[in-house]
Amino acid sequence: MTLQKEEVKLPQELLDFIKNNKDKKGYEIMILHKVQELYGYVPRKVAMELSRKINIPLAKIYGVITFYHIFKLNKPGKYKIQVCMGTACYLKGGQDILGEIENILGTGVNTTTEDGLFSIEIVRCIGCCGIAPAMMINDKVYGNLKKEQLIEILGEYTKLEGKEMKNDKN
Amino acid sequence: MTKINKEQLKNMRDLIKTINKNEILVSMGTCGIAAGGDKIYEILKQEIKERDLENIISVKKTGCLGLCFCEPNLIIRLQGLPEIAYGFLNDEIAYKIITEHIMKKSIIDDYVIFLPSIDLFGNNKNHIENGLKYVFVWEPDKKKNLYNTLIKRITSKNLENKIKVFSTKYIGITNKNPILKVLPDNIFYTNFNEDDLDKIIENHFIKNNPMNTFMLLKENKYINIKENDKQHKQIRLVLRNSGYVDPENINDYISRDGFTALEKVLFEMSPDKVIEEVKKSGLRGRGGAGFSTGLKWEITKNVQSDIKYVICNADEGDPGAYMDRSVLEGDPFSVLEGMAICGYAIGSNKGYIYVRAEYPLAIKRLQMAIDKSKEYGLLGNNILGTDFSFDIEIRLGAGAFVCGEETALIASVEGKRGMPKPRPPYPAVEGLWFKPTVINNVETWANIPVIINKGSDWFASIGTNSSKGTKVFAITGKIKNPGLIEVPMGTSVKEIIYEISGGILNNKKFKAAQTGGPSGGVIPDEHIDTPIDYESLQKIGSMMGSGGMIIMDEDDCMIDVAKFYVQFTVDESCGKCAPCRIGGKQMLETLKLISSGKAEESDIDRLKRIAFAMNKASLCGLGQSAPNPVISTLKYFEYEYIEHIRDRKCKTGKCRDLITYVINPEKCIGCGACALRCPVTAISGEKRKPHNIDQLKCIKCGECFITCKFGAINKT
Repeated sequence: MTLQKEEVKLPQELLDFIKNNKDKKGYEIMILHKVQELYGYVPRKVAMELSRKINIPLAKIYGVITFYHIFKLNKPGKYKIQVCMGTACYLKGGQDILGEIENILGTGVNTTTEDGLFSIEIVRCIGCCGIAPAMMINDKVYGNLKKEQLIEILGEYTKLEGKEMKNDKN
Repeated sequence: MTKINKEQLKNMRDLIKTINKNEILVSMGTCGIAAGGDKIYEILKQEIKERDLENIISVKKTGCLGLCFCEPNLIIRLQGLPEIAYGFLNDEIAYKIITEHIMKKSIIDDYVIFLPSIDLFGNNKNHIENGLKYVFVWEPDKKKNLYNTLIKRITSKNLENKIKVFSTKYIGITNKNPILKVLPDNIFYTNFNEDDLDKIIENHFIKNNPMNTFMLLKENKYINIKENDKQHKQIRLVLRNSGYVDPENINDYISRDGFTALEKVLFEMSPDKVIEEVKKSGLRGRGGAGFSTGLKWEITKNVQSDIKYVICNADEGDPGAYMDRSVLEGDPFSVLEGMAICGYAIGSNKGYIYVRAEYPLAIKRLQMAIDKSKEYGLLGNNILGTDFSFDIEIRLGAGAFVCGEETALIASVEGKRGMPKPRPPYPAVEGLWFKPTVINNVETWANIPVIINKGSDWFASIGTNSSKGTKVFAITGKIKNPGLIEVPMGTSVKEIIYEISGGILNNKKFKAAQTGGPSGGVIPDEHIDTPIDYESLQKIGSMMGSGGMIIMDEDDCMIDVAKFYVQFTVDESCGKCAPCRIGGKQMLETLKLISSGKAEESDIDRLKRIAFAMNKASLCGLGQSAPNPVISTLKYFEYEYIEHIRDRKCKTGKCRDLITYVINPEKCIGCGACALRCPVTAISGEKRKPHNIDQLKCIKCGECFITCKFGAINKT
């Protein structure tokens, strides 16, 4: 098998962003944030293209991506569930909330459901300790969670997709 | 808007101050929005539009008031009524605020709340001109006995048109006995009986002679400033504007003396004088370590270099702490002003704010604040027409706790992996791109304008001998009133829990308070009177930390807590040095053995040895302090470790592997509900006869325990 150089066209927004900021010192991480904002993760092809564009070895880019928790190498679900596991949420039963979500979706932490709808992650403190236990689905924060509510909350999202929430328990 | 000079800024401020503002300020920090603040905001906005009230009152978004337990909440300023805060809001009350409070000028019963400190920096006078007294009643048991009695007494004296009585769920302080608050006089009464009530009515409400005898004095010996009202335990310096201003509106900040400090240093003070003032104030770094801020600036100033940098550390990664987020969301301009003042003092014209990417709202508001300040000429080139220039740029963190450590943070701002470096050289001498760099955290920066405005002596009269000023804590966990509090240094943990935050949730027994997050330790019951200052906390094996305070009750297992924190530091260790990388992992494995009943007593010694090695040999603060949660829980709760190891028991039931669920045959009626619920079919038995749990199959999920309506399942 021969390795082929795969052509990737970076989106204009990203190219403009790089162009406008390339003179700023140490801006690599900000560019990676932009990539993640546009794609939801950092695809390998894009990282390679980026490496040529800003003239930094791919290994360096991967060094950064894998060091920081926020950068993802795999595509997350359409709805990204982030269960808070800060101290306050942990003490108030965050672990149970996580377990219940895993049960309902039938998939574990750092994985995505087969239909690509949901992915589950643990985050360390989203700063909503006053309403612990808490979680975020994309940008929306849910607080004072109880296990029983989760079916309904997740159901709202599946409904948006025109699907029914499977509930094995009842 | 063109750039302004000193004169124009002053004229602007004077002008804004004269505008009599009728406004509703809805708390919309991240948690306020999560609690439903955005919906309340939309309802108010729409109703005001539909009812043509736009000329009468405006609605604004503000940051967090710190009263997380009564969110969503808001403040209303309306001519003819005292300034009122409402909390515990829902849609219905939002509509009522329009129809009752605004249209009829009548206060809504039951939903008024009070702020926990006086507003030192506002110029808003209570708009009262009608001679009415407003009395608010707070009762710890919420049964409204006193409220009803008071109404009866007042009606029997035919005073109901002069005195309005309301019930409230939160009156700004907490106490064992009921409290009355009288507006507009701002007086609290407590510790009175029913007969005394008549005396208060007679003297205060009829003769207008407030009664000292029953006044509630929460005097705090650590506040020696004349503005203090002696009735509050808290004082807001860092949170002075949070919740009072629209953080996206620079005029709001200017109206509350914003940028006066910057103006003062640029036109009246030499850089040395600024440093002298900060040094004299006794301000110490609020990130946790407590190094003198003024001294740090002085070192940086004295290093010869063409370029110097100022960095704001807003990488608040400590789980359970959100003070910095609230300041950034509620009052971003104060941080910018503090940084600019430092820039002037040390001779730098470039600043960076390193903020967690997990705080999208804070980032948005900071960026708006930077853009607006530049537009006004309060940042950028030639600030206020002088030859001082200072620019600030935001850099995003990417979810690495170690980047809160200053050398790792610098590496991250430089665009590299956030790995720490050995110190010295300290960043003050050789920091960002090898240039001298001052790094302070958000709370420290927010203190700077206050020190410059009010003077170092004023600031230093708050706090203890060695720790000056205030500290913001995010108090969470098993506490009745979780939220943000700001107390003078020296306030004790006990005062914070019982006199400020309402006591332990569900009236359980206090076990320990945890400060300093994964780098800190626990404060047990025997040290609950410890005053909060850098040295006292260190002496008992904890630390100030950045300000997370987590309250734990009798249901929390200390081994579980230690395990939680060690798991955290293991996940966050960058892996550069062996003591932290390997030691942390070994410590975690040992704790896991203990919590699953497989450990031996010699493992306690092993934990202590690893802790010692990590503390001495790790490269950076993260590794050195990582064993602290283990050391401090071992110090105060060693008996709990022994219980886990020797008796294989966890009294709190948190360590799952050590619990057994058994069915009490005398109570079990054989309904079979638990058997249906059991995910591993470990429960069996004949109908209407006591059931049995197969311990070999049981996974200890606890479902049966929750399901049983007859209390027939015992957890031991």
